[in-house]
Amino acid sequence: MISKKDVEHVALLGRLKLNEEEKEIYTKQLNDILEHAEKLQKLDTKDVTPTAHVLPVKNVFREDEVGDHLPNEKATANAPEKEGNYVKVPKIM
Amino acid sequence: MAQWEAVVGLEVHVELKTNTKIFCNSSTEFGGDPNTHVCPVCMGLPGVLPVLNKKVLEYAVKAGLALNCEIAPFSKFDRKNYYYPDLPKNYQISQYDLPIAEHGYLDIEAEKENKRIGITRVHMEEDAGKLVHQGTIMTTPYSLVDYNRTGVPLIEIVSEPDMRTAEEARAYLEKLKAIIQYTGVSDCKMEEGSLRCDVNISVRPTGETEFGTKAEIKNMNSFKALQKALEYEIERQIDVLEDGGTIVQETRTWDEEKGVTVSMRSKEEAHDYRYFPDPDLVPVVMEDEWVEEIKGSLPELPDDRKKRYIEAYGLSEYDATVLTMAKEMSDYFEEVLEYFPQPKIVSNWMMGDLTGLLNASQVEIENCRVSPTQLAELLKLIDKGTISGKIAKSVLEEMVATGKDPAKIVEEKGLVQISDQGELEKIIEEVIVSNPKSVEDYNNGKKQAIGFLVGQTMKATKGKANPGMVNKLLKEKLDQ
Repeated sequence: MISKKDVEHVALLGRLKLNEEEKEIYTKQLNDILEHAEKLQKLDTKDVTPTAHVLPVKNVFREDEVGDHLPNEKATANAPEKEGNYVKVPKIM
Repeated sequence: MAQWEAVVGLEVHVELKTNTKIFCNSSTEFGGDPNTHVCPVCMGLPGVLPVLNKKVLEYAVKAGLALNCEIAPFSKFDRKNYYYPDLPKNYQISQYDLPIAEHGYLDIEAEKENKRIGITRVHMEEDAGKLVHQGTIMTTPYSLVDYNRTGVPLIEIVSEPDMRTAEEARAYLEKLKAIIQYTGVSDCKMEEGSLRCDVNISVRPTGETEFGTKAEIKNMNSFKALQKALEYEIERQIDVLEDGGTIVQETRTWDEEKGVTVSMRSKEEAHDYRYFPDPDLVPVVMEDEWVEEIKGSLPELPDDRKKRYIEAYGLSEYDATVLTMAKEMSDYFEEVLEYFPQPKIVSNWMMGDLTGLLNASQVEIENCRVSPTQLAELLKLIDKGTISGKIAKSVLEEMVATGKDPAKIVEEKGLVQISDQGELEKIIEEVIVSNPKSVEDYNNGKKQAIGFLVGQTMKATKGKANPGMVNKLLKEKLDQ
């Protein structure tokens, strides 16, 4: 069972700010999802290889050749704050 | 008082020397203007698709093989989720439960003993961006981010907790660096950050088999810093435990200036990376044939080279170790040998005078102004008797300072050895005439008096006389 405390923890990890009402809603919804997943857990998967990817594709590579870069103005266009070519952020330890 | 032992494991990040990033074709070149070697993929813009750089995989496999690992036939990439401003996607693409290589080892020698250190795994991942602070991280008012390094390919090499002393940890890192450098997949420059090292360390009473609580130490930028940080941290943990305290599991940073490790504890939020397979990247399957092909491309590694130097060249264990520890040194040695194939002589000059002069001016061998051919030329001049070994030392000093050819220095300064018998006899006669006391001593049986006369002759010729001939001629004259 997911508790409201678990929801608060996951919200913190995802940097989401939830109000009390949202916390209630997500607690219920997450529990519904887990309940459904629990049904799947009951299946016998002894002889099934774990899925690493949904498509049967492997070994897709690129060659080591330099391509185009974004110009600095474009690369930092969405930054909330800038200083010179840099993105400016609050100090974080 | 209880005896304590330390338990040390290293996590080493090595930047791979590719042209482009791990999942996109942005340049990995060092030193570009901030945020100019970036593209929508490494900036983590919505809707982009990362694709693995084939060279990164080959390099990672090469490093894994050089470290005696088993290469995984099936490997995949996972997302490691955390929020930090140097990580534009809010996750780092790494490898979690199926790394490319596992179960390796390397051999070290520390405190005169050989020891095998296990390597748990080698995995591929992307580097994060660089945060620029004003002053120190503690006092900076804000941070600036440069994403040029975001997505630069790394391999992380995790050791088993097999080391017991700071010296063993240092020996492990030195050996690891040498091996990776020899493979050519990275330059491994600690000062430039292409080789970075984190340490896990705990202490326990000697004989105890359970591990104590560990601390992680970061920010050691040299071998010396690693050793000093570990020596400090081992003492610190023992002190805490002997005072009846407990070790807090935490990350600590090495403060080089103060010579201490400092807690970096900010929030007591446990790491919760919520790894899951990256759906944008498909699995990697390594066929045996491909692994064998990469194995075939491995160059001679430090241990093999050292063995060859001892067995084929007759060098001492110590000389062979020092010469092979850094690839630059060893490559230099090999190149000198091409022009002057007398390994022992070359080794003596490199280990002695050349290293001494380079250390004195704090120059690395790869930036040495004396080329291997020039050193070979100098040794040939001694070999042919053109100059004496003693004169050669001063010629080498000038070569290191100016990069001039040895023949040119010898010519300019008139240092050609005097091997002309007539000329030497004349000088020796003068020396004998002006030092009657020593001559008398010699004739009275104090044979060591000849040493003084040899010295006087060398002095009269400013060191240019052929010492062997001086000895021979003096003896002949005195015994007449």
